[in-house]
Amino acid sequence: MTASPANFFRGLGHRVNNGIWHLGFASRFFLAILMHSGMAFRRFHLTIREIYSTGVMSLIVILVSGLFVGMVLGLQGYDTLQRYGSSEALGVLVALSLVRELGPVIAGLLFASRAGSAITAEIGLMKATEQLSAMEMMAVNPIARVVAPRFWGGVISMPLLAALFSAMGIFGGYLVGVLLIGVDEGSFWSQMQASVDFREDIVNGVIKSFVFGILVSLIAVFEGYDSEPTAEGVSSATTRTVVTSSLVILFADFILTALMFRG
Amino acid sequence: MTSNDMHQDALVRIADLSFAYDSDASSRKVLDGINMTIPRGKVVAIMGGSGCGKTTLLRLIGGQLQPSHGAVTVDGQVVHEMDDTRLYALRRRMGMLFQFGALFTDMSVFDNIAFPMREHTNLPEELVRDLVLMKLHAVGLRGAAQLMPSELSGGMARRVALARAVALDPMLIMYDEPFAGLDPISLGVVGQLIRRLTDALGASSIVVTHDVLASLKIVDYIYFVSEGRIVAEGTAEEMIHSDIPFVKQFIHAEADGPVPFHYPAMDYREELFGSL
Amino acid sequence: MTRTTLDLWVGFFVSMGILALIFLALKVGNLGGSNLSEPYQLTARFDNVGSLKVRAPVKSSGVVVGRVGAISFDMATYEAQVTLNIDGRYQFPTDTFPKILTSGLLGEQYIGLAVGGDEKMLHGGDTISKTQSAIVIEELIGQFLFNKASEGGTQ
Repeated sequence: MTASPANFFRGLGHRVNNGIWHLGFASRFFLAILMHSGMAFRRFHLTIREIYSTGVMSLIVILVSGLFVGMVLGLQGYDTLQRYGSSEALGVLVALSLVRELGPVIAGLLFASRAGSAITAEIGLMKATEQLSAMEMMAVNPIARVVAPRFWGGVISMPLLAALFSAMGIFGGYLVGVLLIGVDEGSFWSQMQASVDFREDIVNGVIKSFVFGILVSLIAVFEGYDSEPTAEGVSSATTRTVVTSSLVILFADFILTALMFRG
Repeated sequence: MTSNDMHQDALVRIADLSFAYDSDASSRKVLDGINMTIPRGKVVAIMGGSGCGKTTLLRLIGGQLQPSHGAVTVDGQVVHEMDDTRLYALRRRMGMLFQFGALFTDMSVFDNIAFPMREHTNLPEELVRDLVLMKLHAVGLRGAAQLMPSELSGGMARRVALARAVALDPMLIMYDEPFAGLDPISLGVVGQLIRRLTDALGASSIVVTHDVLASLKIVDYIYFVSEGRIVAEGTAEEMIHSDIPFVKQFIHAEADGPVPFHYPAMDYREELFGSL
Repeated sequence: MTRTTLDLWVGFFVSMGILALIFLALKVGNLGGSNLSEPYQLTARFDNVGSLKVRAPVKSSGVVVGRVGAISFDMATYEAQVTLNIDGRYQFPTDTFPKILTSGLLGEQYIGLAVGGDEKMLHGGDTISKTQSAIVIEELIGQFLFNKASEGGTQ
C-alpha cells in the first residue's frame, strides 16, 4: 500500500470520527427514548412483559452464579484470613466484596450477555423483517412501542438482580464459612453488620447497579435498532452488545468506585 | 379511461419528484423528475426492473423518506411539509402491504389485525373482535385467527398482512411486491383481493410489482419506471400493444433489449486473451 | 403466556428483589442497628481522636449506648471536638470520663464511657473536657524507648 503511515492515520481518524458520530447518534437516541417513554408507563403491561423477559428469565443464572461466587469467596477468604488469625472477619469480607463490587458488576455482565443480547437480537430481527417499518407506516412510533418498554424493563430489572446476586452470595459465603468450615456464626453476622454501612456500601452498590442497568439497556436497544437489516448484521450487533456492555460496565465501575469509595 | 380521467379527482399527485440517498451532487439519483397521478378508486401499477426505485417511491409517499426535489401531495397535503402529528394522522388513512408481510411475529394473526384498531381507536373489545373477523373473512382466513405468523404459509401470511393493511378502511393502499414468491393459486387470490378491496372501499391502490401477468388482469393504469424515470404510462391494453422498446422487453420477457443482459464489463476477447 | 401469569411472575420477581434489598439493608448492613430513641447530644474534647470514625459506637460497660455523630477540629483550643449522640434512655453523671478505646488488638476504635459518682446528670448540649485520647502507637514506642534509655542510664 502506498504511503502506509498516512493511510494508517487516515484510517484511525476515520474510525474515531465514526465512533464519535456513533456516540452522538446514541445520545440522541437516548433522548428520543426518554421523550417517548410515556406509552411504556401509561400502558405498563408492555413494560411488565419486558421485565419478565429480562428479569424473571435471568433469575436462575443470577441466583446460581451468586451462590457459587459467594461460596468461592467464602473458601478463598477463609484461606487468606485464617493466616492472620482473622477468620471471624469472613462475613465482612464476603459482604463487602459482594455489595460494593461483585454484585453490581457480575450481575451486570450476566445481564448483558443474557438479556442484553436477547433484546438486541429481537429488535434487530424486527428491523430486518420490516416489522418496525410496518409499525411506522401504521402510525405507531416504534421507539415508543418497542424500544422504550425494553429499555425500562432492563433498568427496573438490573438493581433487583444485583441485590439478589449479593444476597445469594452472602448466603453462599455463610454456607461455606459457617456450616462447612466452622467459622463462628455469631461473629460472622455481627462483624458483618458492624462493618457494612447502609449508606456507604449498600446504597452505593444499588446506585452502581442502577447506572449499569441504564447503560446496558441503552446499548442493547441501540445496537438492535441500528443494526444492518441482514442476518450477519443482527448477529454482529448481538456480539457488539455483549462486548460493548461488558467494557462499559467495567469502565463505569472504575469511575463510580473512584467517586464513591475514596475513603 | 383517458388521461383526462386520470388527472381529475386525484388522490395522490407526484410532481417533479427527485430523490438521491446522499445530498451531494455526484451521487446517483434513485428517482429523477417523476410525475404521477393516482386517481381515487383505481388500481395503479408501478412496474420496472429490480432496484429501479419503486419501493423508494412508496416510502416517499408514506413520508418515511424526504424528497431531494419536488413534492408528493396526498389528499391535498404535501407530505414532506407535515409535522409528526399530521403525518401520523395521514398514515392512519393509509394501509401498506410489505413484501413478505412484515407481520408481528410475537402476536397471533388475530392480534396482528387488531393492532391498528387497538392502537388508534377506543372501540370496545367485542367490536374489535367482530371487525377483525370480518377482515379475516374478506381474505378467506377467518379460521386461522389463532395461528401464529410462523405457522402460516407465504400466501397466507400475505393475505393476513393484507387484512391488516385494510383494518381501518384506508383511502390509500400501497402494495410492495405483493406477488413475489407466490404459487399460481395464491397469485390469483391476492390479485383478486386487491381488486375487490379497492372497489369495496372506494380506495386507491398503488401496486409496485414486476409481475406482468398477475397485474395486467387487475390494474387500471400502469407506470413504467426505468433508471429513476418514467419511460411509459397507459392502460393495460395500451401497454400490451406498446412499441416502446423497454415496455416491449418487459411485457414479453425478453432477455436482452434496452435493459441489457450483460452487466457492464471489459471486452470479452480482451479480458480472456488480453494478458497473453 | 397469559397476562395474569405474566403479572404473577413479574410480581414474584420484583418482591423477591425487594426482599433481597431489605435483607441486605437490615441483616447485612447496620441500618437495623442504629436506632437511638430520642437521642441527646454531648460534646467531648480530645487531644487526639486516633482513627475514630463517625457512627462508631459509644459504649458504657461494653453496651452500646450511643453513636459518634460528628468529628471536627476546634480552631480556638486546637483540640478535636467529637459530638456524641446518646440514647435518651440513658443518663450519665457530670463526671463521666470518655475514653477512646480499640476493640480487640487491631480493631476499630470506639468511645467508652467510664462513669463517675456525681449526683448531677449531663444534659443535652453539655461539653466534657476531661477525656482520654486515643493511644498512638508511635508515641507508645517512643515512650518505651525513652523509658528503656533512662533505665539504662540509672544503672
